[in-house]
Amino acid sequence: MTHRKALPGIWRRFPERYRLEGNKCKNCGEHFFPPRIICPNCRRDGKLEGHEMSKEGEIYSYTIIRSAPVGFEDQTPYVLAIIELKEGTKVTAQITDVDPEEMEIGMEVEEVLRKISEDGKKGKINYGYKFVPKS
Amino acid sequence: MDRVGIIGVGMTKFGERWKKGLRDLIAEAGLKTIQDANITGDKIDAIYGGSMSAGRFVGQEHIGAVIADSMGLNPIPSSRVEAACASGGLALREAYLSIKGGEYNVVVAGGVEKMTDSCTEEASLTLGGAGDQEWEVFNGATFPGLYALIARRHMHEYGTTEEQMAEVSVKNHANAAKNPLAQFQFEVSREQVMKSPKVADPLKLLDCSPITDGAAATVLASEEVAKEYCDDPVWIDASAQATDSLAVHDRKSITGLNAAKVATEKVFKKSSYDRSEIDLAEVHDCFSIAELCALEDMGFVKKGEAGKAMEEGRFNLNAELPINTSGGLKGCGHPVGATGIKQAIEITKQLRGEAGKRQVDEAEVGLTHNVGGSGATAILHILSGGR
Ligand SMILES: [Zn+2]
Repeated sequence: MTHRKALPGIWRRFPERYRLEGNKCKNCGEHFFPPRIICPNCRRDGKLEGHEMSKEGEIYSYTIIRSAPVGFEDQTPYVLAIIELKEGTKVTAQITDVDPEEMEIGMEVEEVLRKISEDGKKGKINYGYKFVPKS
Repeated sequence: MDRVGIIGVGMTKFGERWKKGLRDLIAEAGLKTIQDANITGDKIDAIYGGSMSAGRFVGQEHIGAVIADSMGLNPIPSSRVEAACASGGLALREAYLSIKGGEYNVVVAGGVEKMTDSCTEEASLTLGGAGDQEWEVFNGATFPGLYALIARRHMHEYGTTEEQMAEVSVKNHANAAKNPLAQFQFEVSREQVMKSPKVADPLKLLDCSPITDGAAATVLASEEVAKEYCDDPVWIDASAQATDSLAVHDRKSITGLNAAKVATEKVFKKSSYDRSEIDLAEVHDCFSIAELCALEDMGFVKKGEAGKAMEEGRFNLNAELPINTSGGLKGCGHPVGATGIKQAIEITKQLRGEAGKRQVDEAEVGLTHNVGGSGATAILHILSGGR
């Protein structure tokens, strides 16, 4: 869990969390996820436009979280990784449906929409992207 | 331009200080430093205090006022500064700049964190706030987890081993055993580190700095005032700060901290000393891998070779470059807002020759390296003694 948020804080992130909507800068060509408000390379000369990120990538680094934060207790141990997407953009996400011992850098993965955490038994359920080994 | 000197230092014992609250810790460190500086409260122009998250750890905000009030120093201007785990280093830097800029003559730079009034789960959530809440922590990242990602990649690219990382903790515990104010005044063996429970592979419990209560404070003064109050001020020779992306994944490379590299270049550009003249350093070992990255980022070893150098004992007490003689964050403890100040205190004590059993021979120039979060802020200082 992060901090408990009122619903608008969750809704406004649906495009990124459900569809991996990022953006790219037409000026320098770099892709961003989550979408950047200002291109850090070009700043005011940047020309940002929406871009749905590719749903495939490879493992750049990974760890096995054994001491879980609040809201993730039921999932431990779980694999957390940085995934390098096809565009070269990196994201942090869980790798699921995998034997943690079989994880390795360079492994090919693809995105799936999954439950991320829940805010207690009566709170909302948070959904978002995880990755699984490519079939 | 006039120099800025450290004329007083004081810190509480670091540890689980169950009998002491936030204000008790502030007052304890504050009184010690003012006594050490041999100065009266009416001479102090301003206070800068570092605290990462008193609001979440104990529910108290407005820490600038809390500090002045606890020390009986109203109505002196008192400001809280925050840069996660580098809040203390930032307080030192802001105090330094305020004197350097000519506005003040005597300024207190301190830091505090009262962490054990939170339960462990709550404290971990709070520390997670130093990373990226929306794009790391939301997806299940923990703070050890972020450094574990750095460690795994470092192992992949350079062949660094878990045993080499363990040596960081072994060394820092050995130093902490000689520090009466350290949280863990005992040694650990490489085997103990290797067999400690896994937290986030490849990091184990004894690779991680602890949750700690503590406060630390220094009194800084302009050159003229420093010489008036003190026979042997330690001079802040240079100060530098740099920033990087909040999230680890947004960085081109994650086997080092770019903010620390940039701050290193800047601090040596400003300093009258070069790298080879540094006699000792306090570096930000929040996790064992972080100390290896720090040594590489600052150019004390070639990229990828810190693990091997650590194994060879090159950074042990009285070896060629003693690192973290205080015990570091691992051994001395890590009350996040106080750590950057504690680093400056340790170097000051070493340069004054007051470091007791952990005294480094002929220490003249020291460096502090304080990092916020997973590397989004880095603050370096070079301190020199005597002349
Ligand atoms: Zn651009």
